[in-house]
Amino acid sequence: MSINVGILAIQGDVQENIDATKRAVTELGLDGNVIPVKTPEEISSLDGLIIPGGESTTIGHLSLVNSSLKKIKEKIEKGMPVLGICAGMIMLSKTAADRIIGKTDQPLLEFLDIKLERNSFGRQRDSFQADISMDSIDIPVFNGVFIRAPSVSDVGSGVQILSKFNDKIVAVKQGNIIGTAFHPELTQDTSLHKYFVNLISTSKN
Amino acid sequence: MLPLSGERSDAKGIVCDKSSSGDVLRGTSTLKRGFAHMLKNGVVMDVTNVEQAQIAEEAGAVSVMVLDKLPSDVRKAGGVARTASIRIIEEIMSSVTIPVMAKCRIGHVYEARVLEETNVDMIDESEVLTPADETHHIWKWDFTTPFVNGARSLAEALRRIEEGAAMIRTKGEPGTGNVAEAVTHIKKVNDELRAIKAIYDSGDNQDLVRMAREFKVSYDIVEETAKLGRLPVVNFAAGGIATPADAAYLMSLGCDGIFVGSGIFNATDAKERARSIVLATTFWNEPEKVKEAQKMIDERQSMLGLDVKTLELRMQERGSSA
Repeated sequence: MSINVGILAIQGDVQENIDATKRAVTELGLDGNVIPVKTPEEISSLDGLIIPGGESTTIGHLSLVNSSLKKIKEKIEKGMPVLGICAGMIMLSKTAADRIIGKTDQPLLEFLDIKLERNSFGRQRDSFQADISMDSIDIPVFNGVFIRAPSVSDVGSGVQILSKFNDKIVAVKQGNIIGTAFHPELTQDTSLHKYFVNLISTSKN
Repeated sequence: MLPLSGERSDAKGIVCDKSSSGDVLRGTSTLKRGFAHMLKNGVVMDVTNVEQAQIAEEAGAVSVMVLDKLPSDVRKAGGVARTASIRIIEEIMSSVTIPVMAKCRIGHVYEARVLEETNVDMIDESEVLTPADETHHIWKWDFTTPFVNGARSLAEALRRIEEGAAMIRTKGEPGTGNVAEAVTHIKKVNDELRAIKAIYDSGDNQDLVRMAREFKVSYDIVEETAKLGRLPVVNFAAGGIATPADAAYLMSLGCDGIFVGSGIFNATDAKERARSIVLATTFWNEPEKVKEAQKMIDERQSMLGLDVKTLELRMQERGSSA
């Protein structure tokens, strides 16, 4: 059985996620296609989707333009696994507000029952790398790359906290939806991408 | 995984803080180059005030670049062009959620320090401003804030990366509304990348050494770049972009994204133009969408532009030989 994994290719670090996902599929010995997706047609054939890092306002506004946002919504409602990284997690959240500016009218998918704070750790000079852990999904050590990263300030009852850093929530899971504030695709470690690919593979069975 | 070719792991700009959850590193090449990767397939817009910055954000820009004057006005005004007013940069930083960049003069270490202390997200060491040092660029490894630099050849790009640039843009000829020079520069860099890739594939190490000497950079960075077949950092197009078709054309030449200087806010239809250039950059490989974007603007409202051959001041030549 082959799985189709798409990387939303509107804006951001698409290629790094394609590379990391391809490596994950190979390392797991699975049969899978990993492709950049932009149009509703491309999205409709997917078994799993990654919304990559980038600028969430840009990705949101532009995925509205060609109706891909609507298609993504339909697919997630039907249970398609999705991994939102940084801007991607912002896109998946129910409410997002900037630490300084407050709430803006950026388009969101409104799936993750979390309260999200954008630019939570400060500006680029405060971007950082540090080891974190995601024990509940068997990833004891992971080098987190946080770039103008958001954090989660509150979660609903159906949301599992995967990781915290200095008391801030930086990774969450709700059913088949995963959100991370850090960038696993910028490191050599494919363990989180492998976890996600496995989730896609299991949910297709 | 990012290419880290040319990285200096002992750079002074790398800061290690202790926290209750363990060591925290800031200013690493992964963080600096990674930041630039987040801008890919996006448009960075030159702005001079809060109103323009908000128009840019609403149009879908991935970042704004703050200047005192737009490049075409720098050209008209003459005199010495310096970094923008800190007060205006701060006002813009507190009114948009997207990253804010600002320009400093080539070689002006302390304009850069001032911008770093202001907490801008990226510093552009730019030929649009009057160079402060004709022989040295800033040693960017000393900074925690990432830098972008202009280049019009592979040699220039690699020299800037070795000095610590986390991102490259073509120079083009700023403030002209004429895309010709940007096209020339991106094609030249692409040709040179193909040439060194061919040398690498042929296994002729001696010829790679010759290239390194010609480029005035280390052998290692030439070898790693040749192996990759592309620059080890994100490469944007800049200089003279004025319409959606300009932006789409440069994306089709393999640029990772677009900087627009005078082209938007010197046009009389700035809002529509900003939006249309973003759309054309995102959907550059779908010509019917680029056409829709182009239809949003009126050529009679484009900036008039300048013929590059008649210019007295060629900004692109600033800092090129260093």
